[in-house]
Amino acid sequence: MKYLTAASRLLRHSSRNLSDHRSNLQFFCSIRPSSSGLSYTSLRSYEHLIQDDCFHRKITLKNICFRGSGVGILHCLPKFQSDGIRTHHRNLASTALIPERNKSFATINSDDISYFKKVLGGRGVVQDEEKLDDANTDWMRKYKGSSKLMLQPRKTQEVSQILDYCNSRCLAVVPQGGNTGLVGGSIPVYDEVIINIGSMNNVLSFDKVSGILVCEAGCILENLMSFLDNEGYIMPLDLGAKGSCQIGGNVSTNAGGLRLLRYGSLHGSVLGLEVVLANGTVLDMLGTLRKDNTGYDLKHLFIGSEGSLGIVTKVSILTPPMLSSVNLAFLACEDYLSCQKILVEAKTKLGEILSAFEFLDINAMDLVLKHLDGLRDPLPSSKHNFYVLIETTGSMESHDKEKLEAFLVQAIESGLLTDGVVAQDINQASSFWRIREGVPEALLKEGATYKYDLSLPPEKMYNLVEEMRQRLGTAANVVAYGHLGDGNLHLNISTQQYDDNILAKIEPFVYEWTSKQRGSISAEHGIGLMKASKLHYSNSAETVQVMAAIKKVLDPNGILNPYKVLPTPALSQT
Amino acid sequence: MKILVAVKRVVDYAVKIRVKPDKSGVETSNVKMSMNPFCEIALEEALRIKESGRASEVVAVSVGSVQCADTLRTGLAMGADRAIHVECPGTLYPLSVAKIFKALVDAEKPGLLFLGKQAIDDDCNQTGQMIAGLLKWPQGTFASKVVLDEGNKVATVDREVDGGLETLSLDLPAVITTDLRLNQPRYATLPNIMKAKSKVIKKLTLQDLNVEIRSDLEVVQVTEPPKRQAGVILSSVDELVDRLKNEARVT
Repeated sequence: MKYLTAASRLLRHSSRNLSDHRSNLQFFCSIRPSSSGLSYTSLRSYEHLIQDDCFHRKITLKNICFRGSGVGILHCLPKFQSDGIRTHHRNLASTALIPERNKSFATINSDDISYFKKVLGGRGVVQDEEKLDDANTDWMRKYKGSSKLMLQPRKTQEVSQILDYCNSRCLAVVPQGGNTGLVGGSIPVYDEVIINIGSMNNVLSFDKVSGILVCEAGCILENLMSFLDNEGYIMPLDLGAKGSCQIGGNVSTNAGGLRLLRYGSLHGSVLGLEVVLANGTVLDMLGTLRKDNTGYDLKHLFIGSEGSLGIVTKVSILTPPMLSSVNLAFLACEDYLSCQKILVEAKTKLGEILSAFEFLDINAMDLVLKHLDGLRDPLPSSKHNFYVLIETTGSMESHDKEKLEAFLVQAIESGLLTDGVVAQDINQASSFWRIREGVPEALLKEGATYKYDLSLPPEKMYNLVEEMRQRLGTAANVVAYGHLGDGNLHLNISTQQYDDNILAKIEPFVYEWTSKQRGSISAEHGIGLMKASKLHYSNSAETVQVMAAIKKVLDPNGILNPYKVLPTPALSQT
Repeated sequence: MKILVAVKRVVDYAVKIRVKPDKSGVETSNVKMSMNPFCEIALEEALRIKESGRASEVVAVSVGSVQCADTLRTGLAMGADRAIHVECPGTLYPLSVAKIFKALVDAEKPGLLFLGKQAIDDDCNQTGQMIAGLLKWPQGTFASKVVLDEGNKVATVDREVDGGLETLSLDLPAVITTDLRLNQPRYATLPNIMKAKSKVIKKLTLQDLNVEIRSDLEVVQVTEPPKRQAGVILSSVDELVDRLKNEARVT
């Protein structure tokens, strides 16, 4: 640990600009050990690999995994040479759109610190620069705040006291969970106090008959999955960030993920919440009932509001039973039209057993094979333009396998598929999933990424990708992948470095295009900081006004996660 | 030359194993089963030899209950030409399997018999060796490299042993059991899966082979290993010394 600190201090001094968070040579590499899907670990990497646990994030090392190749952590640490450290400039275009620091917010003083220390004890008050550095930076390393204080409450009561105090002092706060968000919503913009819920990580109860799980908001998703695994249940959501993301954050952002096709969104699976409002009021809506039509269902306000209306402290969620027969097919299609037709076929022929439908294009595949170790192309015989991943989950192996194979045979015979493989055991299935789940990581290693997450009518989806390729030409690599089954495209433009010229060609074109198709500019990633000023592309002015009105009611001083989700002008109108 | 490959249906490698509450064995109902990873490697090696023109036919063989047919289907989907399923309910121990294979080999007369070095459910690492003993064939176990000579008369096998690598020269016919680093098994592609549907799985019983098996082994109890105790953070050197002396009994 000492070596890391000394080395990091050295690196910090070598940065020309110590306080300017925009040009910062510190390099965090987020790597995913390929066990159990993907755990996020933040390491500092210089010329050689550091095989060490990181200060801030938990590494969950598992030997057996569902989506991973079961190889230990050493195999997955990326090999970075010194030229891998890249300077990260926040592009000027988006800086212009970030609002000024709200003058009505106070700044912390020593009295505040003593109060927090009294409420949380010494351990819950973090002012250490190293730890704050990590908490101030988002996973994409695109945004960095300058908070000087992080609080780590362990009980709802503590959260309530903190918020009550901050509200009375008009101190802005940022609720933070696993900090794996992709739109800069989980880190401070200026000096907001970070309230990290990670210490509230107990499972409170689990009903084996109904499958209803009640847990604290700081539970890491993967840990919940392991817990449920023992009981014969699964979480209704699954995403690449499962090793670090927390359920409170998932709920607050209405996370989507790979299983949404089958189990629906969190609005359906969450049965109850306990939320602390801006003034410290604890709203106990922690019901465990499947049906409860008594008044306004307020929990839906907090699901997806990204911490701007309240801090989620406990979650009650309905978990589906684990079914024994999981089959996975990795398929190749010639063109996008075939991908769509396969989707329709899959829905009708596979019906109730279909549990995931993902796609990636050839650029995404190339990147993954280039950057991720231990992966091989399942269909090496030729290059294919599109790859589709179909997963089925059911209770009878023979029935499901027969159904899947019949569907695949018909698809090949009718020319919809050009090739494909079916995973014969869990290890093979994990490596196929690793290909799809590894695309964001591969993009991160490739260089700078402009990331867009759009909901579009499936027929039109790929037209956007092709138009973007025409616009950018050779300047950038346009990579497309996503949850085709849900109509969700992850459009990523990969370049060597962030470049405003390229950004100008992308935005606002991509938002306007989406808006014209009445699509969503953020299917599942949320608004955060990145898209706060873009809300109007997918919402009418009146809708945004009502959102602002609700915000005013629940958080009159606007201390919860300011500058995010709602555009500042809309808020100042109320 | 015909190559016979033995494959076993086991609990999938990635599944979390649970012991049955009555401690009679491991929970296998409602659990994902697949081909033993070492058997996959064995089959892959056989297929590669066939693709290089050295063999005319690869036959996948499995012994066990009705569901073994699934594993054989996987084998056929990977590229085996035909399969044989010896139906035999109940638990099978290596010696019984070896006797069955002796009868099968006498009937089929292959030039090579491939097996995985061990099954991941019992970790016996005995079947290949026992078959070789019963047949009086040479054996090359833990193979990490197999090279056949021009006339298919001799196999040069690199074995992974504790001290490193050992190279043996075996006269064919021989038994070879495969280790992890021999090759990386191929995926079952859709065209092959489709072809596999028309391939034959021949069913045989013990009577057909004229084999009688009885087991001298009986599993009395299966328990989980003791749970690992969590580490403890001690507050001072004195406490450490005290614990070392009294609890860990370090003198």
